Amino acid sequence: MKRLRGAMLGIAGIVLLGVLWEAYKALAPANGVAINGLTVLPRTSDAAMPHLSTMLQRALDPVSSVPGSAPLWAAVLQASAFTLSVAAVGWLVGVIVGLVIATIMQRFRTAESALLPWVVLSQTVPLIALAPLVKRWGTFVHLGAFDWQDWMSVALIASYLAFFPVSIGALRGFSSPERAHLDLMRAYGVGWWRTHLRLRVPASVPYLVPALRLAAANAVIGTVVAEVSIGLSGGVGRMIIDFAQTGSSDPAKQWAPIFGAVIVGLVAAGAVVLIGLALGKYRRNEVPA
Amino acid sequence: MNHSTRMKLSIGAVGIAAALVLSGCASGGSTGDSTASSSGELTPITLQLQWVAQAQFAGYYAAVAQGYYKKEGLNVTIKEAGTTTVPIDVLAAGDADYAISWVPKVLGSIEQGTKVTDVAQIFERSGTTQISFKDKGITSAADLKGKKVGSWGYGNQWELFAGMQKAGIDTTSQISLVQQAFDMNGFLAGDIDAAQAMTYNEYAQVLETVNPATGKLYQPSELNVINWNDEGTAMLQDAIWADADKLANDKTYASNTVKFIKASIEGWVYARDHPQEAADIVLKAGPTLGASHQLWQTNEVNKLIWPSTGGIGAIQKKAWDQTVKIALGTKDDTGSTIITTAPPATAYSNKYVDQALKELKAEGVDVLGKDFTPLTVALKEGGK
Repeated sequence: MKRLRGAMLGIAGIVLLGVLWEAYKALAPANGVAINGLTVLPRTSDAAMPHLSTMLQRALDPVSSVPGSAPLWAAVLQASAFTLSVAAVGWLVGVIVGLVIATIMQRFRTAESALLPWVVLSQTVPLIALAPLVKRWGTFVHLGAFDWQDWMSVALIASYLAFFPVSIGALRGFSSPERAHLDLMRAYGVGWWRTHLRLRVPASVPYLVPALRLAAANAVIGTVVAEVSIGLSGGVGRMIIDFAQTGSSDPAKQWAPIFGAVIVGLVAAGAVVLIGLALGKYRRNEVPA
Repeated sequence: MNHSTRMKLSIGAVGIAAALVLSGCASGGSTGDSTASSSGELTPITLQLQWVAQAQFAGYYAAVAQGYYKKEGLNVTIKEAGTTTVPIDVLAAGDADYAISWVPKVLGSIEQGTKVTDVAQIFERSGTTQISFKDKGITSAADLKGKKVGSWGYGNQWELFAGMQKAGIDTTSQISLVQQAFDMNGFLAGDIDAAQAMTYNEYAQVLETVNPATGKLYQPSELNVINWNDEGTAMLQDAIWADADKLANDKTYASNTVKFIKASIEGWVYARDHPQEAADIVLKAGPTLGASHQLWQTNEVNKLIWPSTGGIGAIQKKAWDQTVKIALGTKDDTGSTIITTAPPATAYSNKYVDQALKELKAEGVDVLGKDFTPLTVALKEGGK
C-alpha cells in the first residue's frame, strides 16, 4: 500500500512538471522577461520551449528522411541502452575501487590520513579537462590482443565519479560497529579479516546503499558528459551533439536524447533499488548519504 | 517479504548488472574500428578529424568506403573529435598520423613549439560568413558598425574581426559582441543582428527553419550574407596536417603522406562527382544526422574546393600569406593576436601534395574541377 502511494506520488510529480511547463509557456511572454537587458525568465517561443505534444509527436516520427530510418524514440532507446551499458561498467569498476580504497583506509590509520584528502581532491578535477587525457592514455594501452577502446575511456571517467561516494560511504560504514561488538570479536580471538567480513561489511550496508545510488547517478552523468567531451558515437551524449544542429529548425528533436538520459538515470537508480531490496535484512537504521 | 523473494530479487539484480556489463562489452567491441586482422599487409593510419562525422569530411569517408586508401596500401581509421578534442594535440602526441584542422587554429600551436606541417590545403576557400536579415541592411563588413554581432569565439572569430577592422570599425567600442551558441535561436529571436554561419552548416540551419510570418521555410532571398572571401579577410580552413619531425626523419612516413594525400584527394574527387553517394556514405558514419542537411553540406563543401586553382590540396602562397598576415595583425575582443612572429618554413609544404597531384594527373584524374557545377539542394524542415 505504502509502495503504491509512493508510485502515485512519483507519477503526480511528473504530471505536475508537465503542467508547470505548459502553464509557463502559456502565461509568460514569448520573449521572456528581461530586466536591464538581462534575461531573467526564459523565452517561451516554440524554438525555446516546444509543446510537450510536439516533443511526443516528434519522437514518433522517423529520425531523418533516409528510407528505413527508425522512429526517433527507437533510436533514442538504442542510444540509451548503449549509454546505460557503459555507465554500468563504470559504476561496477567505481564500486569495486571505492570498496577497496575504503577497506585499506579502514585497516590502516595512516592510509586514511594519506588517502582521504586525495579522494576528496580527486573530485575537484573538472571532468572536461580529464576526458581528453584519459582518451590519450588509453591509446598507449596494448596488451596482446587487447586494445583500449574509446568506450573504455568513457567508462573509466564514469568510474572516476562513481568511486567517490562509495569510498566515503563504505569508510563510514566500516567504522560504524559499536565498540562492544568489536571487543566481542577480539575476545573471541577473531582476526581482522574475518571481523571485517562478518561485522564491518554487514554493518556498512545502511551507509553503502545510499552511496551506491549516488554512484549510479554519478556514473550516468560521467558517461553522458564524457561521450560529449570525447565524441564517442553510439550513446545519448553523441546524439545530443548531433541534434544540437537542429536546435532552431527542429527544436523538439533535441529533447528526445535528454529524455533518453533521464531514462538511463531512472533505470540505473532502479537497479540499485533492487540491490538494496536484496540487502534488506542488513538495512536497519539506514542513514541518508 | 520472505527469504525466497529476497533471494530472487538479489539474483535478479546480479543478473541485470551482469547483463549490462556484458552488453557494454559487446556493443563496445563492435563499435571499434580495428580491422587489423583483415588488413593483411596494409599500413595502419589514423586520421583525427576536428568534429564528429559530417559531410565536412565527406572526402575522407568516401576514400575509406571506396577503397582508395586500401589501393595505396593504407588501412585508415577515422577518429571523430569531441567538444574538447584539439586535433593538433592528438597529432603531436603521436595518437594520430594525420589531423584535419583550420590553419589559424594551428598557427598558435606552432608558435608555442608544436612541430606540424600543413601538407595539403583541401579547402581553398573559407566557408565562414556573417548572415543577417534583409531588413537590417547589413551588406558589407562596414555595415556591422553599431550592430549586435554574433561570434562563436574559440578561434572562429578571426576573419570576422579582421573584416571589421579592415572596414575601419573599432571592434572594442563600435560593435556589441554577442556570444553565439551552436543553434541559431539567438539569431532568429533577434538577439543577434548578424550571426556567424558556415555556408555548409548554420546557414542551412536557418533555411531549414519555418518562418512564423510566412509559414514556409526561410528563403535565401530574406537574408544578406557577408562572405569573407569577397571582403578579402578569408583565412585558410580545413587542411591535412602531418608531424613535421617525422616528415623530416622517417622516410616511410613521408612516402605514406604522399599516398594518404593522393587517396584523400580521390575521395574528394568522388564527392565532387557523386555528391549524393558521398552524402550517403557520411550518413552511414553518422546515422542520426539529417539527410537533406548532409547533401547540402557536401555540395557547399565542394564549392569551397572546386574549381581548384592549382589542383586540390596545393597551398596557394598568396592565401597562406593572407592568413598569416591576419594572424599577426588582428586583435580580437581579448586584445590578443593569434601569433606574434611569422611561422617557421616547416609550417607548410607543397612537396607531398605536388607528388600526389602528379601521380593523379598521370592516372587521368581531374584534380582541377574546372567544369564543376554545384547542385541545387532542396532543404527540408529540420534538415531531415
